[in-house]
Amino acid sequence: MTSSRSSDARLDRAGTLDGMRRMAPLCLFVVAFGLAFGVAAVQRGLSELETLLMSALVFAGASQFAALELWGPEIPLVALVASTFAINARHLLMSASLYPWLRGLPPRQRYLSVGLMSDSNWALAADDYRRGVNNVGMLVGGGLALWLAWLLGTLLGVVFGSGITEPERYGLDVIMGCFLLSMLVGGARSLTMLIPWSVAAMAAIAAMYWLPPHSHVIVGALAGGLVGLWFPIDRERHKEART
Amino acid sequence: MSLSTSPGGALLAILIMALVTYLTRSGGVLVMSRIPIGPRVERFINAMSGSVLVAVITPMAVAGDWGARLALLVTLMVMLATRKPLFAIGAGILCAALWRFLIP
Repeated sequence: MTSSRSSDARLDRAGTLDGMRRMAPLCLFVVAFGLAFGVAAVQRGLSELETLLMSALVFAGASQFAALELWGPEIPLVALVASTFAINARHLLMSASLYPWLRGLPPRQRYLSVGLMSDSNWALAADDYRRGVNNVGMLVGGGLALWLAWLLGTLLGVVFGSGITEPERYGLDVIMGCFLLSMLVGGARSLTMLIPWSVAAMAAIAAMYWLPPHSHVIVGALAGGLVGLWFPIDRERHKEART
Repeated sequence: MSLSTSPGGALLAILIMALVTYLTRSGGVLVMSRIPIGPRVERFINAMSGSVLVAVITPMAVAGDWGARLALLVTLMVMLATRKPLFAIGAGILCAALWRFLIP
């Protein structure tokens, strides 16, 4: 698995294993989040296999939780695509910031590596890139470790969640909302975001009352995004995305 | 347009989600190899990624019972105070369960 085209970027087994090792401490938390997702998904009516498949193939927590919110006897396709895209659109900026680093890899390795990119392995990989490390093992190995932990957690959640008959009694129906809210607060870097977010909240409520079902997700996301055009980018974030 | 939650429909929905998510992961690399992402697009994406979460959460608070509202409020406060997501989520779930136990 060594790169042939360029000497500046390479992917090898040692680097990948090292990336997995560096990600290991965080994996414990990811297992817990996966467990929460597994419980929430089976309570929402997904089969065990569907839940595991979603974790394995989508591998993006917030969008998976948001999808559960749309899951019912029918799944609204436009809302599902729009909310998945909007929640994961941050990946566009993250992978763009790694482009100069990954450019040296052969295309197949480049597009496979980036498929494993998630918030925390991106952060560590971006740090490696800044420090001039040429081995992209942090991205790939870290991603693999996160993927395995997410899948293991989901499996535990599916097993545990299938045994619960009255989720509301134990407060398990609020997992989705609490998870998404904690992601929102955890990702916030500046107070200026409160303005687009408030607009998003009001737009979502208005859409909920006056527009077709499920349109509130798209309306809120677009309204917040458009308001955000008028606000300067947080310096910290900007630096991360650019360097 | 919607899919029914038959095994085939659910599988198709999962595959579509997986494809959309992969396109966001690979999209940055793909786009940057042609045209760099400008600051306006970056601002839009940054504001949108949080806004979509707000748009999903808000109806839960509006349409939910007081147990759910309290859970969200407690999650928010614990998260602001400790910055520990698992702790905040746990506190939220506990509050909803306690509320419903005490006020059925």
